[in-house]
Amino acid sequence: MVRAQVLICGGTGCTSSGSAKLIAEFENQIAKNDLSEEVKIVQTGCFGLCALGPVVIVYPDGTFYSQVKEADVKEIVEEHLLKGRVVSRLVYDEAAADAAVENGNVSLSDTTFYAKQKRVALRNCGVINPESIDEYIAMDGYAALGKALTEMTPEEVIKVVSDSGLRGRGGGGFPTGKKWSFTAANKADQKYVVCNADEGDPGAFMDRSVLEGDPHCIVEAMTICGYATGATQGYVYVRAEYPIAVKRLEKAIKDAREYGLLGKDIFGSGFDFDLHIRLGAGAFVCGEETALMTSIEGNRGEPRPRPPYPAVKGLFGKPTTENNVETFANIPQIILKGAEFFNSMGTEGSKGTKVFALGGKINNTGLVEIPMGTTLREVIYDIGGGCPNGKKFKAAQAGGPSGGCLPAELLDEPIDYDNLRSKGAMMGSGGLIVMDEDTCMVDIAKFFLKFTVDESCGKCTPCRVGTRRLLELLEKITSGNGTMEDLDRMEKLCYYIKENSLCGLGQTAPNPVLSTYQRFKDEYIAHVVDKKCPAHVCKNLVRFEIDPALCKGCTKCARNCPVNAISGAVKEPHVIDQTKCIKCGTCIDNCAFHAISKK
Amino acid sequence: MKSLEELAAIRERMQNKVVLREGSGDIRVVVGMATCGIAAGARPVLNAFVEEVNREGLSDKVTVTQTGCIGICQFEPVVEVFEAGKEKVTYVKMTPEKAKEVVEKHLKGGKVITDYVIKDI
Repeated sequence: MVRAQVLICGGTGCTSSGSAKLIAEFENQIAKNDLSEEVKIVQTGCFGLCALGPVVIVYPDGTFYSQVKEADVKEIVEEHLLKGRVVSRLVYDEAAADAAVENGNVSLSDTTFYAKQKRVALRNCGVINPESIDEYIAMDGYAALGKALTEMTPEEVIKVVSDSGLRGRGGGGFPTGKKWSFTAANKADQKYVVCNADEGDPGAFMDRSVLEGDPHCIVEAMTICGYATGATQGYVYVRAEYPIAVKRLEKAIKDAREYGLLGKDIFGSGFDFDLHIRLGAGAFVCGEETALMTSIEGNRGEPRPRPPYPAVKGLFGKPTTENNVETFANIPQIILKGAEFFNSMGTEGSKGTKVFALGGKINNTGLVEIPMGTTLREVIYDIGGGCPNGKKFKAAQAGGPSGGCLPAELLDEPIDYDNLRSKGAMMGSGGLIVMDEDTCMVDIAKFFLKFTVDESCGKCTPCRVGTRRLLELLEKITSGNGTMEDLDRMEKLCYYIKENSLCGLGQTAPNPVLSTYQRFKDEYIAHVVDKKCPAHVCKNLVRFEIDPALCKGCTKCARNCPVNAISGAVKEPHVIDQTKCIKCGTCIDNCAFHAISKK
Repeated sequence: MKSLEELAAIRERMQNKVVLREGSGDIRVVVGMATCGIAAGARPVLNAFVEEVNREGLSDKVTVTQTGCIGICQFEPVVEVFEAGKEKVTYVKMTPEKAKEVVEKHLKGGKVITDYVIKDI
């Protein structure tokens, strides 16, 4: 009889930090201690705390171990699993652990990282074995599908989804129920459901984690969508760079077919539905719905003008409903627990929860799911643990290269679609890249724009040529050659590209530039007028200088300078030759007296 | 699968296997599993609790877990039962047979078996 379970994260983050080795070692140690009958090992999806992987959770206590190494496994097995003594040095959030040890329970939900989270889309991630359809069913999996097919009409399904207030989680925020009703209203011999898993923003991995941790919920939700809209075929468009997600989704589809949860006459209702996977080559533009469908059809991934919208003329020219992974992940819970369950969370116009992928200059890199209306401060500080090394938070880029920056002034604003939009920012798809005081906002805008320039498909001129010219302007500014007129031209060009581009890629490409320009105008002006980069990032605008009062003349900097730009006699202050200096920073790293600084 | 009954059957069969991970039982049974406890035979007691709780269908409200030494080694195996809003009950010198009895009378029936409870030392 199994009395304890060891859950080991098999998401992409933890797999790359060595979780597969841990599984083998746990099996080995458990066998050695003759616990095989009593302790079960389960490989799960992402727990969310990727920065501290590999993550191991021991149930029934729910003890949360982080950064577990192969050598630690013996101790966990012998101490915790055999003798019931928690290995506190490995427990995440030791303060919470010490308090909890008092009452004998070190639970996951006590940690600051999880306390403010509310998991709906991620409810099974890190809880079940994603490759076991039975475990999904045990967590009420496919019960929503059963309920929809046997007790509800398609209209009733759409009504519940509409009433729940769910809006598209891919960034657009379009009401999901409305989208479904458009497709349902169109008559056709064939309709389709498409799941957009072409998560392309740098720094975003919400969709990957859902597919890796709970693939069956996507299968179930797409089948429900098919029933509600009258579609019998579905496609999941997932990028080939997500091999673990693809593998688990393939297994999920195969298992669902074997159980008859996909295929003909599901639950004896007469409804047929089947799913297929299409692998994307990782082009950012294929996340745009029309380009995505063109790519599924086997053509080069290029967008086309809308209307006609996919609900009228989508995949293969047929009415199609296209939703993002996270949107679908909410559906089974909404059907099962009702619209009120979902719309009781969140704010006036934004219901439910939202998943964010925290990255950049933040302590707890990982995946968090919070109710809408939570403030940015809670996400960054309470859940994310703030910026490393005590640095000051400067801004967060929400929604990657299509999104905008949320500066420190907005820290106390509730996060939801409408509120952030009214503040000139946006929620985006959920990628949240945190920047601290050492980040140059002009440089970061340039970074994101470089990405969209590379990813522009080239079909329309405003995007193809416009973003390139915009990037050149930014390069001119960061190299110290910009003028005030350039700033005006830059702003005008941004609006021109937004208004005239064919698809979402071009229409949103200038967002990082515009939002940083609006919020951090002084930094742009510093680059142009003072020829200075306040964050000391833009190389052309930075000078390395030795303070003669602090320099002891130890010669270490001169000996380590790769271009011999530093000269000076022993025990005399040294000097940097600015014409030779390549601003690599080696001298700063080597100076024991903090005599060298960036100016 | 052609019916909801089949789905329900799988859920039933599997639920015991994942319920451990919910860990939100109202009652917590904690078995002392330090060296002293193990030497006195705590492991069969722990396993008996797990099996009985499952067999009686109590796994959604009872969590069986273990702890280290609580300092009364002479009374091992020691089992403590925590229930929200009630005083902790400490059973001492447990055996698998006594464990079965505790599950039936105390966890299921709500009656503390005073004979097995620790006396004033």
